[in-house]
Amino acid sequence: MQHTLDVLIEAVPFLVGGVGTTLLIVIGGMLLGLVLGVPLAVGQVYGNAVTRRAAGLYVWFFRGIPILVLLFLFYYGLFHLIGLNLGAVAAAILVLGMTSAAYQSQIFRGSILSLSQGQFRAASALGMSNAQAIATIILPQALRLSLPGWSNEYSIMLKDSALVFVLGATEIMARTHFVASREYQHMPLYITAALLYFLLTWAGVRSLRTFERKVAIRGYGRT
Amino acid sequence: MENTPILRVENVSKSYNGKAVLKSVSLELNAGQHKVLIGPSGGGKSTLLHCMNYLVTPDSGRIQLDGREVNAHSRKELYAFRQQVGMIFQEFNLFDHLTALDNVAIALRKVKGQSRKEAETRAMAELERVGLADRARHYPAELSGGQKQRVSIARALAMDPKVMLLDEPTSALDPELTGEVVSVIRALARSGMTMAMATHQMEFARALADEILFMQGGEIIERGSPAELLAPGAATRTADFCRRLAEMGGD
Amino acid sequence: METLDFLFGRVMPALNEGVVVSIQLIVPSALLGVFFGIVIGTLRVYGTFGLDTAANAYAALFRGTPLVVQLLFLYYGLPNIGIYLEPYGAAVIGFALCSAAYHSEYIRGGLLATRRGQLLASQALGFSTWQSMLSIIVPQAVRRALPGCGNEIIYLIKYSSLAYIVTCMELTGQGKMIATQTFRFSEVFLAVGAYYLLIVTVATFLLRKLEDRLRIPGFGHA
Repeated sequence: MQHTLDVLIEAVPFLVGGVGTTLLIVIGGMLLGLVLGVPLAVGQVYGNAVTRRAAGLYVWFFRGIPILVLLFLFYYGLFHLIGLNLGAVAAAILVLGMTSAAYQSQIFRGSILSLSQGQFRAASALGMSNAQAIATIILPQALRLSLPGWSNEYSIMLKDSALVFVLGATEIMARTHFVASREYQHMPLYITAALLYFLLTWAGVRSLRTFERKVAIRGYGRT
Repeated sequence: MENTPILRVENVSKSYNGKAVLKSVSLELNAGQHKVLIGPSGGGKSTLLHCMNYLVTPDSGRIQLDGREVNAHSRKELYAFRQQVGMIFQEFNLFDHLTALDNVAIALRKVKGQSRKEAETRAMAELERVGLADRARHYPAELSGGQKQRVSIARALAMDPKVMLLDEPTSALDPELTGEVVSVIRALARSGMTMAMATHQMEFARALADEILFMQGGEIIERGSPAELLAPGAATRTADFCRRLAEMGGD
Repeated sequence: METLDFLFGRVMPALNEGVVVSIQLIVPSALLGVFFGIVIGTLRVYGTFGLDTAANAYAALFRGTPLVVQLLFLYYGLPNIGIYLEPYGAAVIGFALCSAAYHSEYIRGGLLATRRGQLLASQALGFSTWQSMLSIIVPQAVRRALPGCGNEIIYLIKYSSLAYIVTCMELTGQGKMIATQTFRFSEVFLAVGAYYLLIVTVATFLLRKLEDRLRIPGFGHA
C-alpha cells in the first residue's frame, strides 16, 4: 500500500508531464483534419465526378483502416519510402490528422447539405462566383453547424492519441506504461491515466461548448 | 338487469403540482349505458378517463369494477383491471413498429397468453368488424388518421373489455375522416357496449349519449339527458357551451 | 515479382490466420456489446433505485477513457489483484464493455424518441411494465438505434486491432510480426489495411441489408 502510494506520488507529475505532448498531438491532428477536411467536403458536395470520386476514395480508405495499422503503415513504411524522416509526434499528428480529415469531411458535408439550396442561389444571384459563395456564405454557416460534431471528434481524437505510444511518443499513455512496467504497479497507474483522459475529455468538450455558444448566431440553428 | 354498475367512480380527486385537476368526481356506468363528457379543454375530461383506467392514479377516491374495488398497489390486479377497461386515445397511440394486425394481436399474445395463430385469427376478426381487413398488413404510417383510430378500436375490442373509454376519439382527425370513426363507435354502441366518451362533437354526443356530463374546472357541474340539457332555449351551461362551439364554427 | 512472392507466400498465409482470430474477437464482442448496450441504455432511461445513475456513470467512464487504457487495465492491471485473463478473454471483455457504453448512447436516444403514448397504450391493454418494455418500447428503440449501433460495430472492427497490444495475435499482430522480421512495413501494412477495408466494406454492406430488412414504413430515422 505504502509502496503504491510512493509510486503514485512520484508518477503523477511524470504522467501529467505527458499532457502537453498529448494535447499537441490532438490539437495538431484536429487542425490538420480541419484543413484537409474542408476541401474534401467541398469536393464531395460541389465537385465534379472526378473530385467526388477521389474524395470518396480518400474517406473510404481512412475510415476503413484502424488507426493502429495506419500508424505502423505511415511511420515505419510510407514516410520512409518518400524520404520523410519524422519524429513520432510529428508522424502521429500527420496520421491522426489525415484520418480525422476523413471523419471531419463527413461532418462538414452533412452541415453543408443541411443548408438550404436557396442561399447558394441567392449568392449567385448577387454575382458571387461559386468559390466566393462557398467561402463567404456556405462555409461560415456550415462550420458553425459542425461544432457539435467537432466536439465529438475531439473526444475520439483524444482517445486515439493514446495509441501513439506504440510509436514511442512520450505522451500520457507511453509514460504510464513505462512506469507501470518498471514498478509492476499497473492497476493504480492505469486508473490514474484513465482519470487524466477523463478530465481532458471533459475539459475539452466543455470549452468547445463555450466556444460554440460564443460564435452562435442568435436565432440560428437549434430547430 | 342487476343494479350494480359496471364501473363506479367515487369522489376521485387528482392534482398536479398543487393544482387540482379533478375535484371529488363521482359517476356510475351501468351495463349498456353510454355517457358523454363534454366541456372546455382543460376541464378534467381526459384526466378523469385516464383515472378510470388507472393510467393515472387518483390521489383519493375509489374506483370499482363490477362492484369490486381495485387495489392499485397490487400490480397484478392493476394489469387485470386494465385488460377489462378498453381505452381509446385522442392521438391513437398505435404501436409504430407493428402492422395493423400485430397491433391488435400483440396484447392477446403477450397479456392473454394466446398462441400466435389464435391471436391473429381474433385480430383479423376485429379488423373486419371495423372494416379494415384489407389493411391488416399495413404499418401505422401507411394508414390514414381515421384508419388508425379504427385499428386502435379493434385493438381495444379484442381484449373483450367490459367497458370502453374514449378520449376525444375524433379530435385529432381531419374533418372529412371523422365520419368513418363515428360510424364504428355508433355501431359499437348499438351492439350494447358500455362506454364513456369525451368529445367536442355535439351532434355525435347528442345522438349517442344516455347522459351528458358537463365538466369544467375539474368538476361535473351539470348532468342530464341530451333532451334536458340541450333542449332549444335551455338555460344550461351545456347548451351555452354548445352555442359557443357552434359560433366558432366547430362541429 | 519478388514482392508478389513475398505477399502471397509469406504475408497472406499469416494474415489469413490473423483474420480468423480477428473475426473470433469481433463477433462475440459485437453481440455481447449490443446486448449489454441495450440493458445499460434501458437502465439509463428507465432505471430506478440509483441504477440509472450507475448506468450513466458506466457509460461516461467507458466513453471518456481510451479503449487502450481499458484493455491494459484488464490485461496488466487486474493481475495486481490476483485476476489473470488470457489475451483473448481480456480483449473480448474489453471490447464488449466499451462498445456497450457506446451502444447504450444510441439505445438511450431511441428510447427518448419513443413517444409517451406508446407506453400509455400498452398499459391500457394490461401490459405489465416489464412486458411493455420487452414487446413495445425496446423493440422500437432498437430500430431507431440501428444506424448508430451499426456504425459502432464498424468502429469495433477497427478497434479490434488493439487486441494486438494485449498480445492477442490477430490481423494487426500477425502483420506487425512479419513486418518487424522483414522490415517491409509498407507492403505488409498495406496488405493488412486491405484486409480491414474488405472486412469493413462487407460489414457495412451487411449492416445496411439488415437495416433494410428491419425497415418499417414511416418509422424511425427520417
